[in-house]
Amino acid sequence: MAATIVEKIFSRKCGRDIRAGEVVMAPVDRAMIHDITGPLAIEKMREMGGDRVFDPAGVIMLFDHQIPADSIQAAEIHQRMRLFAGEQGIGNLDLREGICHQVMMERGYAAPGEIVVGADSHTCMYGAAGAFATGIGSTDMGFVLRFGALYFRVPESIRCEVEGRFPRRVGPKDLILYITGAVGADGATYQALEFSGNTFSEMEMAGRMTCCNMAIEMGAKAGIVPPDETTWAYIRERRTMEPFDLQSDTDAEYTEFRSFCVDELEPQVALPHNVDRVVSVEETAGVRVDQVFIGSCTNGRYEDLSEAADVLGSSEFSKRVRVIVIPASREEYLKALRAGIIERFIEAGALVEAPCCGPCMGGAFGLLAPKEVSLSTSNRNFRGRQGSTEASIYLCSAATAAASAIYGEITDPREV
Amino acid sequence: MRVWKFGDDVDTDAIIQGKYLTFYKPEELAKHAFEGVRPEFAKEVKWGDAIVAGRNFGCGSSREHAPLALLGSGVSMVIAKSFARIFYRNAVNTGLLVLVSEETDAVQDGAEIEVNMKGGWFESGGRRFRIEPIPAFMKEIVSAGGLVPYARGLKEVPLCTGSRR
Ligand code: SF4
Repeated sequence: MAATIVEKIFSRKCGRDIRAGEVVMAPVDRAMIHDITGPLAIEKMREMGGDRVFDPAGVIMLFDHQIPADSIQAAEIHQRMRLFAGEQGIGNLDLREGICHQVMMERGYAAPGEIVVGADSHTCMYGAAGAFATGIGSTDMGFVLRFGALYFRVPESIRCEVEGRFPRRVGPKDLILYITGAVGADGATYQALEFSGNTFSEMEMAGRMTCCNMAIEMGAKAGIVPPDETTWAYIRERRTMEPFDLQSDTDAEYTEFRSFCVDELEPQVALPHNVDRVVSVEETAGVRVDQVFIGSCTNGRYEDLSEAADVLGSSEFSKRVRVIVIPASREEYLKALRAGIIERFIEAGALVEAPCCGPCMGGAFGLLAPKEVSLSTSNRNFRGRQGSTEASIYLCSAATAAASAIYGEITDPREV
Repeated sequence: MRVWKFGDDVDTDAIIQGKYLTFYKPEELAKHAFEGVRPEFAKEVKWGDAIVAGRNFGCGSSREHAPLALLGSGVSMVIAKSFARIFYRNAVNTGLLVLVSEETDAVQDGAEIEVNMKGGWFESGGRRFRIEPIPAFMKEIVSAGGLVPYARGLKEVPLCTGSRR
């Protein structure tokens, strides 16, 4: 019987044919907790009568949302989690590595055919590695920590076929914003978004991560790019694993087919306060911005930073704008540093922070005052997400962010 | 109990802002529920009140702080046209009643509401509206009183067992 890649992942795990719609108690390969959702998950595990986690090696703990601790409460949370890691034998990455999702990917903690859960909604990013990865709440995570398994309703899939070559200064973030605008904020609820087509097969891992990352913004349970040479090359650098075939059958059942072409795609911007209010950059050009944030698990990778630096060239950032650059991880930071990109940002007037979520969640630093406008390469522009509920957040690519930071207003990166 | 009416796409940042996520006690969180979008909510909400909303309630982050903030403020249930996936699960897991009804548009803010689960309806403003039955796979957890009591009763997980809906 024909199956989608998601159905195949569950079938492989359980050793029998499983199809969308079935609710199954499936084993989990790895579980990620961070400083915001971790403490509650630990408490829930204990309430469920668990003393030990299912497998210390299967639990990845790190801190990224409020680091270095920005309040006494945050410090206490970190302290409590460190204690828990020590007592359980969990290899805690603490605050050294960067944003959880980036770190999970670059350490090879998600691979084709695996089921990975994280107590964070953007866990769906690891679909870029061909894994079934999904974000769960703390109580579900408590259950996973205790049992190493979780109930899943195996999702139906929507297939997004993308063809064409990106024009200059247009890339994966513009594509996924465009798709989000087309599908809508709840257009993929409870389903998986499967990305295919030549645009994806030619896309590097960084871009695939950007796209899978934002699957949740359409309500999806997972985003996934079926593994190919690019995926396996990425995995090979990180762990030993024999490549195997894992593709959707051509006659698999989908709830919907959508096709897109990027040949003439323009830079896209999501308007406040919904991720699916997406327009092309020219429709919003000229909007004055107070803060530009280049970073987050969506667009804080080397590829994004280097694109931004390329747009920046030898210019300076506008003095009217606070430019905050935060590489997604230590590894990405080092790459950018060695390439001279970080130096260029600092020369141009940016603040470069150590890898973390930063202003993305509005819990730590870089908050907005009422009436201020932020242009951000992150994934959410909900009211109050980056500080005051009277502030406005626009979302865009790193290229558009850099161009706009030069002029102090939303600017088409193709015109720089 | 009264209705607190909301529109479509109520996100978890609206329910509880990121800056309060270092708290996780329901009573603490409840003080800041809907702070940015409906400042009067936390002060005026009464034990047993219901939230009635449009599509995609609870979209956004996986923070369980969102259903906990609502539970802490005494909200007895959320009735919406549809729910975001993670919020729905978190609500079921933490014991917040979440009901789906296509007909929430006609319900007014501030109106009285009465719910009859067995009958599959709720009444407000003199009209009766249909609610969808709770999906079978959620029932087991709901009837145990949430995922924690459900898990406490488990000796081992029934790995790879499952059911069609
Ligand atoms: S960077 Fe933003 S979206 Fe990504 S994990 Fe951190 S807070 Fe969440």
